[in-house]
Amino acid sequence: MPLLEIRNLSVDFATASGRFRAVDGVDVTVEPGDLMAIVGESGSGKSVSMLALMGLLPWTATVTADKMEFDGQDLRSLSARAKRQIIGRDISMIFQEPMSSLNPCFTVGFQIKESLKLHTSLDRRQRQDRAVELLELVGIPDPAKRLNAFPHQLSGGMSQRAMIAIALACQPKLLIADEPTTALDVTIQAQILELLTGLQQTAGMAMILITHDMGVVAETVRRVSVQYAGQKVEEQPVEDLFDDPHHPYTAALLAALPERATGKHLPTIKGVVPGQFDRPQGCLFSPRCAFADERCRTIVPPRQPQALGQALCHYPLIDGVPQKSQEVTA
Amino acid sequence: MLSFLFRRLLTFLPTFFGVTVVSFAFIRLIPGDPILLLAGERGVSPERYKELSEQMGFDRPLWAQYLEYLGGLFQGDLGTSFVTKKPVVTEFFALFPATLELSICAILLAVALGIPAGVIAAVNRGKFFDQALMTTALIGYSMPIFWWALLLIIVFSSGLGWTPVSGRISLMYFFDTPTGFMLIDSLLSGQKGAFLSAVRHLILPTIVLATIPLAVIARQTRSAMLEVLGEDYVRTARAKGLAPLRVNGLHALRNAMIPVVTVIGLSVGTLLAGAILTETIFSWPGIGKWMVDSIFRRDYQVVQGGLLLIATIVMIVNLSVDVLYGFINPKIRKG
Repeated sequence: MPLLEIRNLSVDFATASGRFRAVDGVDVTVEPGDLMAIVGESGSGKSVSMLALMGLLPWTATVTADKMEFDGQDLRSLSARAKRQIIGRDISMIFQEPMSSLNPCFTVGFQIKESLKLHTSLDRRQRQDRAVELLELVGIPDPAKRLNAFPHQLSGGMSQRAMIAIALACQPKLLIADEPTTALDVTIQAQILELLTGLQQTAGMAMILITHDMGVVAETVRRVSVQYAGQKVEEQPVEDLFDDPHHPYTAALLAALPERATGKHLPTIKGVVPGQFDRPQGCLFSPRCAFADERCRTIVPPRQPQALGQALCHYPLIDGVPQKSQEVTA
Repeated sequence: MLSFLFRRLLTFLPTFFGVTVVSFAFIRLIPGDPILLLAGERGVSPERYKELSEQMGFDRPLWAQYLEYLGGLFQGDLGTSFVTKKPVVTEFFALFPATLELSICAILLAVALGIPAGVIAAVNRGKFFDQALMTTALIGYSMPIFWWALLLIIVFSSGLGWTPVSGRISLMYFFDTPTGFMLIDSLLSGQKGAFLSAVRHLILPTIVLATIPLAVIARQTRSAMLEVLGEDYVRTARAKGLAPLRVNGLHALRNAMIPVVTVIGLSVGTLLAGAILTETIFSWPGIGKWMVDSIFRRDYQVVQGGLLLIATIVMIVNLSVDVLYGFINPKIRKG
């Protein structure tokens, strides 16, 4: 049984100019101990779909899903109170901006022990010991002393380590890391990623890494889900995805990696992710796709089989060549 | 911390001098002659006028009078009332507890209602409660205090007879007032019903005096909360699975308190100024009424000294607010 199973998740935001669909029919399946990435540009809805799972979206958001099960429990039917017992204990999340994600008014120790107090039956003494242990686990030197530090006394990397300590406090089954290294220095980025993957393995928890950095994906995760404009456009094990991307968007993302560049200029994907007012009629990627034709621009693309990475495309690529022959079947 | 306090105390000096100049000049700018007012309808003979004028030092140039006043200040002498012949400081501290009692009750009421109201409004932004509350706050803020006070007196004192019209306690009761705080003294006196009477006398003045600070605190709390509720650390708190009461009431509110504490501090100044109107309407024997009476009598020394003491209290309150910032948000402590 999968640890997390989400079917057809959609998130709509009520805005002053009408409804905006940020997540459009996304499926996510995570097995216990799994390590997957959700990849996409800014605005592709990858954070929003995970925030929807956590119940952290503002009230302007409407979340719908055909299925949203965690560890055998239907999250959709749970009361807010019952859901809060899962959130922060079995599913926890770390965020993009570690410096602003810690509350400036409270010590690091307070913020770690608060979770322990809420979700565990540890007494005061045990919570203190556990907090020291957690800081040690995430590689913060002199942990007993650092518990009394306020967030402004920590660097960005240290703050993210403290956030990880909070997230791990109750030994979650699933950790969602929302661009955990984006705001950090490059050298620190590698350290934090290493820490996360190490902890993921030793603790045996599942982890979803949200990122826009294909380089990070390549060296960290096992499975990749690519999102574009709120839709999942492809999902494959990491080696297969890098070897043979089936969706033109994935292919374009990979081609834009500096280490894959062959010519003088770095290839880019022209244009931007469609917003509220310029949503194309057919395939959402068609305006930016190198292979798009009239059919792509008018007809919503089908979901391809597992062998083709579940690509959401009329003409999935095989070895970089679009399979136009499928047109006949339409 | 100590050097911070010392630096802040140094900035007191120019403000303090400014207040002495303004209070000295202000009362003398108002037309009217204290000697003629003191003499009343009967008037005073030119010889007696000259004699009194010399006695009070009015015959000397203004700058000399000011220097003499400053000289007195440095020796801790705030002067003596022309009317009662008592030292200004003695009068001030005899009346100040009444004002302080009323102000404390008012600020407590304003804080106790204003902060929760602001938090609830912010959390329910745009919904009915928020809009009803902010409209009420705007009305409260715009209401002329004297009119509001009269309205309450008409309804609750004359109409329903629930509360007394004026004074601090019913005339039935008579006891020593060692602390000057009627609530405490009435309890100490052990007289039956005295405490209740003191409370009933406090209700309307407290409501009237609290109205504006309450509106300001509620609005400030709401806007500070709205800003903070969008912060990442509030999301972190919710991601821990904390209950909304703890997320909003602890994680968010603690951060939103800085601007709120600022307006509470500023409100103390407004309260002492607002007390002048409120005390006059309810015949509350505090420094507000004392100041108004002294202005009418052109009791120069009392007005000067009273203003200076009030200003000093306001300055001390503001200093305390600055110190409090560091306790609320440790990030500020370093500055």
